[in-house]
Amino acid sequence: MKPLVIAGRAFSSRLFVGTGKFGSAAVMAEAIDASGSELVTVALRRVDLTAPERPDPLISRLKPDRVVIVPNTSGARTAEEAVRIARLSRAAGGFDWVKLELTPDPNYLLPDPIETLKAAEILVKEGFIVLPYINADPVLAMRLQEVGTAAVMPLGAPIGTNRGVRTRDMIEIIVEQAHVPVIVDAGLGLPSHAAAAIELGADAVLVNTAIAGAGDPVLMAKAFARATEAAEMGRAADPGGESRIAQASSPLTGFLRPEGEGKA
Amino acid sequence: MDANAADPIVVRLNGRERSLAPDTSVGGLLAQLGLDPAAVVVELDGDILERDQHAQITLRAGAQVEIVHFVGGG
Repeated sequence: MKPLVIAGRAFSSRLFVGTGKFGSAAVMAEAIDASGSELVTVALRRVDLTAPERPDPLISRLKPDRVVIVPNTSGARTAEEAVRIARLSRAAGGFDWVKLELTPDPNYLLPDPIETLKAAEILVKEGFIVLPYINADPVLAMRLQEVGTAAVMPLGAPIGTNRGVRTRDMIEIIVEQAHVPVIVDAGLGLPSHAAAAIELGADAVLVNTAIAGAGDPVLMAKAFARATEAAEMGRAADPGGESRIAQASSPLTGFLRPEGEGKA
Repeated sequence: MDANAADPIVVRLNGRERSLAPDTSVGGLLAQLGLDPAAVVVELDGDILERDQHAQITLRAGAQVEIVHFVGGG
């Protein structure tokens, strides 16, 4: 199977993992290991100066020799805010990758396409490797690709909803048209959802809530890894086509009955 | 020493007012807060500071200081 390449970096796993919402840093680290993922996302926030203790830095739990760390711009509502967060993230960790996430709508956290395109143009010019989180809009995906984003990340369903690939038809069009990798992000709740996205032709999936919110996040991370890999293998194996009527799997000759019986 | 020079200054730190001794440097503030400079990034009046600037930059009254770090996120 061909490795996935984004911005010149090869990934052997097509499962990317978010680091939010885990019960503890230790469980997060174990789940990332179990997922086999080579790309993880993080967020940038104010240090809570009212907290009695300073928590261990999140980054110390990640393994930069094995995973690409991609800060997101979550919390940004405008292009200006997203650019500010990306620049701070670069200064904080030296990370050139950024998951552009611009969600002014607090109920559905749907990405603002106009601000996302504006921010993408600025960040690409500043040398960032930009992975934009978008609605499953094929026209927007092309516009982002034209300004130089390294991938596009259409949503399957709103963030954290675990509803699966509800945008199937549009993702098919994005996959058909895109020259950059397509990463289905958001809304994938079950391993079968991740498999469905890969079977549709997506190059990778990004999963956070479904893993972090599972009763056993480490087991769920493994399950997503297998589902993603199984779907990729299936795709590489060149599936047979669909048919409306039955196509017998067993021979239609040599039945144990008199010749001619049972025929019309 | 001039009495006025010892008066605390007020800065806006992560959205809240905070009094500091005059001539507090960015590095001094991080030390006071118990923060590892390598684990955070500081923005002063909208400008991102490099870590090697922390010791040289003195905070003035009314400065807008943001101290941020990475947390879990999707």
